[in-house]
Amino acid sequence: MSVQTQVAQDKELLLDVKNLKQHFPVKGGLLGRTINHVKAVDGVDFQMNEGETLSIVGESGCGKSTTGRAILRLDNPTDGEIYFQGQNLLKLNKKEMRKVRKDLQVIFQDPFASLNPRQTIKSILYEALSIQNVLPKAKRLERIYELLEHVGLPADSIHRYPHEFSGGQRQRIGIARALAVDPKLIICDEAVSALDVSVQAQVLNLLKSLQNQFNLTFLFIAHDLGVVRHISDRVIVMYLGKIVEIADKKTLFQSPQHPYTKALLSAIPVTKKEEKRERIVLEGDVPSPINPPEGCRFHNRCPLAVDACKTQVPPLRNIENGHQVACHLVS
Amino acid sequence: MLEQEDKILEVRQLQTHFFTDEGISKAVDGVDFVLHKGETLGIVGESGCGKSITSMSILRLIDSPPGKIVGGEVVFKGENLLSKSEATMRKIRGNEISMIFQEPMTSLNPVFSVGEQIAEVFRVHQNMGRKEAWKKAVEMLKLVGIPSPEERAKQEPHELSGGMRQRVMIAMALSCNPEILIADEPTTALDVTIQAQILELMKTLQNELGMGVIMITHDLGVVSETCDRVAVMYAGKVVEYATADDLFDQPKHPYTIGLMNSLPRMDIDQESLQAIPGNVPSPYNMPNGCRFAPRCPHAKGICHDAIPELRNTDDGSQVRCWMYTPEWEDHSDITKAGVK
Repeated sequence: MSVQTQVAQDKELLLDVKNLKQHFPVKGGLLGRTINHVKAVDGVDFQMNEGETLSIVGESGCGKSTTGRAILRLDNPTDGEIYFQGQNLLKLNKKEMRKVRKDLQVIFQDPFASLNPRQTIKSILYEALSIQNVLPKAKRLERIYELLEHVGLPADSIHRYPHEFSGGQRQRIGIARALAVDPKLIICDEAVSALDVSVQAQVLNLLKSLQNQFNLTFLFIAHDLGVVRHISDRVIVMYLGKIVEIADKKTLFQSPQHPYTKALLSAIPVTKKEEKRERIVLEGDVPSPINPPEGCRFHNRCPLAVDACKTQVPPLRNIENGHQVACHLVS
Repeated sequence: MLEQEDKILEVRQLQTHFFTDEGISKAVDGVDFVLHKGETLGIVGESGCGKSITSMSILRLIDSPPGKIVGGEVVFKGENLLSKSEATMRKIRGNEISMIFQEPMTSLNPVFSVGEQIAEVFRVHQNMGRKEAWKKAVEMLKLVGIPSPEERAKQEPHELSGGMRQRVMIAMALSCNPEILIADEPTTALDVTIQAQILELMKTLQNELGMGVIMITHDLGVVSETCDRVAVMYAGKVVEYATADDLFDQPKHPYTIGLMNSLPRMDIDQESLQAIPGNVPSPYNMPNGCRFAPRCPHAKGICHDAIPELRNTDDGSQVRCWMYTPEWEDHSDITKAGVK
């Protein structure tokens, strides 16, 4: 067992997601009735410990962002339980949920869309502080300057508007806003995907140093496996609404077990010879989440599929020390 | 070394500027490169470096006003495209030089079947009849690996997945057997497993059809897997021009080195990434000297005062950096500059 997981296990359980399902209705027909459901997330279980960075990776439509949104209650999940600090979030009303959001913040992908263009930086950060009412009014301005310093923005930015900043700087503003209320868990939904690599590296370094400084826990949702490998302690791989593999970073990247994880890792284009893996090119496209394949959802693209895969859904099983895989062929 | 006569496209001193209310944006400001037959040339750089504007300038697709190609030459088969009439350009586009874009959904017409859209290429450029053109369209879909092409040809773009649409775009671009295919971020909108399929497909087709490919991308991984030769662009200029092998083995320009160090490694653990400090300069207000100087860890007085030329180095690659010129006194900087 790696040192990191050991440390993680000693820490307190912060988030416990049980059998989370998020089905979106598909309307159609003459009367606009619900004719089917998009099974965006279909039975997801995982835990997070305080202070760790857990990533969810997968391709478009695998349900990684939906999982994040469900935890924040931005959508109302169809089924399941989400325990955050021992409290089931799905049982809370709006007012109670707002209180929880003090400890549960989010950074979105597009810093252009998630900041109000008519608000100055001061007003954006002040709003975050006053909604949660975390500080007496007199201390808020001081806190705003402190936040700007934490995220590496000059103090004179406070009277400027979002459009005056570059993409990387805007993402820093988003980070300052999430940080404002001193949260425990920050969900980073593709937080660096829109940035150029040189700026992405700056923001990743910032996130890591803030995590050390404030003992933050990150749920990092991303499709870029290089970024995920850099930032994570543990990684969840999702495919078509289900978790196919969970492992600590080292295990996942060195000895992936699920055939989908293997194909995904082999598909990353790399620049160094020593990073190259034997390419497994998957046939076809990801099936529709409205009518996912029976049995294992990956069976129709899996190079190793056997008969059992077509009929039986493989459960997510523990193979060793927290390494979980959902595949009939892995024992 | 490649033969001189294999040269199909040469871009010399290309300059494309935009004249806006805020001033003159020098989006492309002196770009040179050569494309040979059957070769893949990568143009790589971050947002705003001018890589897409370069490719649009080759096909003269720049909106004017505000944009204007203010200088340089684009020599295709011995003739300068910049002095051609619009009517001649129309014959060249899609026929001899074709292009695919990042987002196939915005390049395809949503109300026509994909078969009709490919057939149109044959009707316009090769004066084929409807039936024959349709047959050719289905053949093209088959060539790019679309299963049951007869059925798929009848479908509209929204009925296809992202990867499938990009295959359709490739089919359309290759219909007239072009000599050059310009691919502008062809896989950026796609998932990695689908990206792997499309890159594989492009490689196979290139080997079969022998065209030259200009691959425009921000992804160094894609460059390393597909390109023979690479031009690295920064703030409107080519800063390094080398074979892909040389570029990744021995990057020379501090910007190229900075880019490579910014990428998270897949083989070792790093506590922090070596980011390039600062931001790309505004195209309205470029630094006087080397455009990378304000962010460069090695910059000295000369770098801030004068723009370096793109010069040949000993191993046949080219680099635009004072550090590799006789004017630079301390050559130990070069060895210090290497990739970690």
